[in-house]
Amino acid sequence: MSSVPTINAAERERLLSAYPDVFHRSFMQRWGLLLISAAVFVYLAFCFAFFNVIPTFMNGNWDRAAIYVQDWYSWRAQPRLRFQNDQVVPQWTSRRQYPEGADINWLKPNADGSRYTITFGSDGNRMEVTPSRVDVYIGGTVYPVTITRDRASLPSDAPAQMEQDDNKVIVYYGFAGQAEIRTSQVYVQRRFLGWANFFFDTHSPFWGRSLPEVVGLMFSGERLDSNQSNASLALDNFLNNASWQHGDILSKLMQTLVMAFVGTLFGTLVAFPLAFIAARNITRSRAANWATKRLFDFLRSIDMLIWALFFTRAFGPGPLPGIAAIFFTDTGALGKVYAEALENIDDKQREGVRSVGAAPVTVQRYGVIPQVLPVFISQSLYFWESNTRSATVIGAVGAGGIGLKLLESMKTNSDWDKVAYMVLLILLVVFAFDNLSNALRSRVMGKKGH
Amino acid sequence: MAHSAGADPLSGLQEGSRTILDHYQSQVRTRRIYTVVSIVVFLIILGASLDFANSANSGKFFERLPYFFDFMKSFVPDSPLEIFRAMFDLPSPFSDGSIKYDYTSDRVWITDSFYIPNFFYQLAITLNIAIVSTILGASGAFLLCFFASTNLVGAGVTRWVVRRIMEIMRAFPEIVVAGLLAAILSIGPISAIIAVWVHTVGALGKLFFEVVENADMKPDEGLRAAGAGWLERVRFAILPQVLPNFVSYTLLRTEINVRASTIIGAVGGGGIGEVFSLSIGRDHAAKTYAIIILLLITVICVDQFSAWLRRRLIGKQSFEFGQGAV
Repeated sequence: MSSVPTINAAERERLLSAYPDVFHRSFMQRWGLLLISAAVFVYLAFCFAFFNVIPTFMNGNWDRAAIYVQDWYSWRAQPRLRFQNDQVVPQWTSRRQYPEGADINWLKPNADGSRYTITFGSDGNRMEVTPSRVDVYIGGTVYPVTITRDRASLPSDAPAQMEQDDNKVIVYYGFAGQAEIRTSQVYVQRRFLGWANFFFDTHSPFWGRSLPEVVGLMFSGERLDSNQSNASLALDNFLNNASWQHGDILSKLMQTLVMAFVGTLFGTLVAFPLAFIAARNITRSRAANWATKRLFDFLRSIDMLIWALFFTRAFGPGPLPGIAAIFFTDTGALGKVYAEALENIDDKQREGVRSVGAAPVTVQRYGVIPQVLPVFISQSLYFWESNTRSATVIGAVGAGGIGLKLLESMKTNSDWDKVAYMVLLILLVVFAFDNLSNALRSRVMGKKGH
Repeated sequence: MAHSAGADPLSGLQEGSRTILDHYQSQVRTRRIYTVVSIVVFLIILGASLDFANSANSGKFFERLPYFFDFMKSFVPDSPLEIFRAMFDLPSPFSDGSIKYDYTSDRVWITDSFYIPNFFYQLAITLNIAIVSTILGASGAFLLCFFASTNLVGAGVTRWVVRRIMEIMRAFPEIVVAGLLAAILSIGPISAIIAVWVHTVGALGKLFFEVVENADMKPDEGLRAAGAGWLERVRFAILPQVLPNFVSYTLLRTEINVRASTIIGAVGGGGIGEVFSLSIGRDHAAKTYAIIILLLITVICVDQFSAWLRRRLIGKQSFEFGQGAV
């Protein structure tokens, strides 16, 4: 910055001697930031060693991470092509299988049923499976894998995508999937972008139909089930989707919302009168102030999680222990905040109301409440919003709601697409509630408080 | 108000005043109707929610209420002293070879003759998880917040992107991050640190940028007039104003993160939370109570310490309430 004017040495000396206290800086002012940064750095370095960061990251199953992340936006079909009596018979694992005899465009038998063709993306990447030989096509070139009684063996010119693992051969096709060629079967993992069967599972009569077709059926087509209309059948099939469990997930999400709403509301209702007792300037008894404040401390300092665990034992898993846990912690937290707001009020309004001879309750009603109510409501809304998030977490320890469902899906280590679905739902709901609570809050507080 | 609006004193009102009064009273009536309607709607929602919660629960509220204290009754250690034996890993007279009473095996030996009781060690891990993630989170939020505030960044796109990043970071459920990482890195404190860190960046970032937006822009104008660059303006005009609030919010966040790292521990993040959920799952009463007491003491200590530090650093103003973040 050449345009910045500089001062000469004499002027500098004059300024320094004229205003010594402006230019004198204490030791902490000079070196404090540096010292604190150094201390923090040393501490972080210590923790880095203490928590074994590098070994943990080195030992992490990063290939698993890639699979999980792929599972978020894709699904895997996992048929086993068994060799039975010189025939190839596809067999489906439990979840998201195709119905018997379904016409699958990537897994086709030839005319006499002795040979199956599995296509991985393009025609150049495919496998022709027979009980004695699997022809693996990679990029249009064929690499025949011969299968004997006790070994599947790789051809000598096999590329890096094919691998001999003990007596089986593994073929990697990247995102499109992989296959394990064993002596008795070919275990295929075929990956597709998107969430399969998201609307209707394979047992539903709507399965495999396109969206316009489904809509057409819902409103005008003939009844698929004589007992109910197509629209209600579609809704029923959608909610009871066996692999995605929409009905269950939505009801669990609802439980989470109810937990946050009712818990915060009850917390507010109980903290409100108690805060008046806890506030020093409103209740003159020191003993009562002290007792109420310690009660708030107690309720607040036992974590929501611990309350949830206790109440789960009492009420059994479900939203009730969640409500109770949120209610207990919120009473403590809101009570404290309310009491502080009450202690900061302007006393003149109370004096004014009192001076015209109002009864104590009336003094509070007209002298105190109008001042603190916006703060109270704003705080309760804020807690409501943050409890919508916390309710997910305490759900994980058994307090019901979507948290439990989420944790279960994660523990199985195969339902990551469902985890992604639930996370999306939670994010949507949290955003919606953030905005709702913000809108309400700015209405209550006026423009400034937002 | 109702009695002051009696008929007599109003009879002498002039035409204009009368109109104003009528208008006022009609507004009061409308307001009352709105209030009543919203209270009724509110009660209906509440009733429906309670009914839903009750029917979704595995035990019903009123059926279970008499058994409310059963758990606490059955969950009593053999003697009150057991709690302290469990806390300090001392040998128990009830020892029968099962892990329930075998406290001494949990000792964490520092030297041959000196040990730390296991729960204290686990608590130290949890506290360190909280502190590390707060430091990292506050640093992240500090770097991001200047790009999210209207008064410092001209480009709406940057602001929008940074704000959405923060929103996602704080809305993303912590247990999902922790769970995903636990599946990759195996169960341990690192997944907890990362999960809490992600959340802290989002939460503190929002508070930070609101503080920055409320900063007085006159020093900034002064520096801009003297030809200072963006970094210099942030460093010398904005930072001195906002730093006290930043510190205050960070300390507040430390308290919250102590709890958060306990919770994440319970779902597989190591530390005292993990030990706690294990001991409650195995019905080890003495151990559970020992941990609860330790947690209680810790949370109170952290609260008090951070309140003291905040008061020392920023003075009383940070405790004044309802003034907005200024």
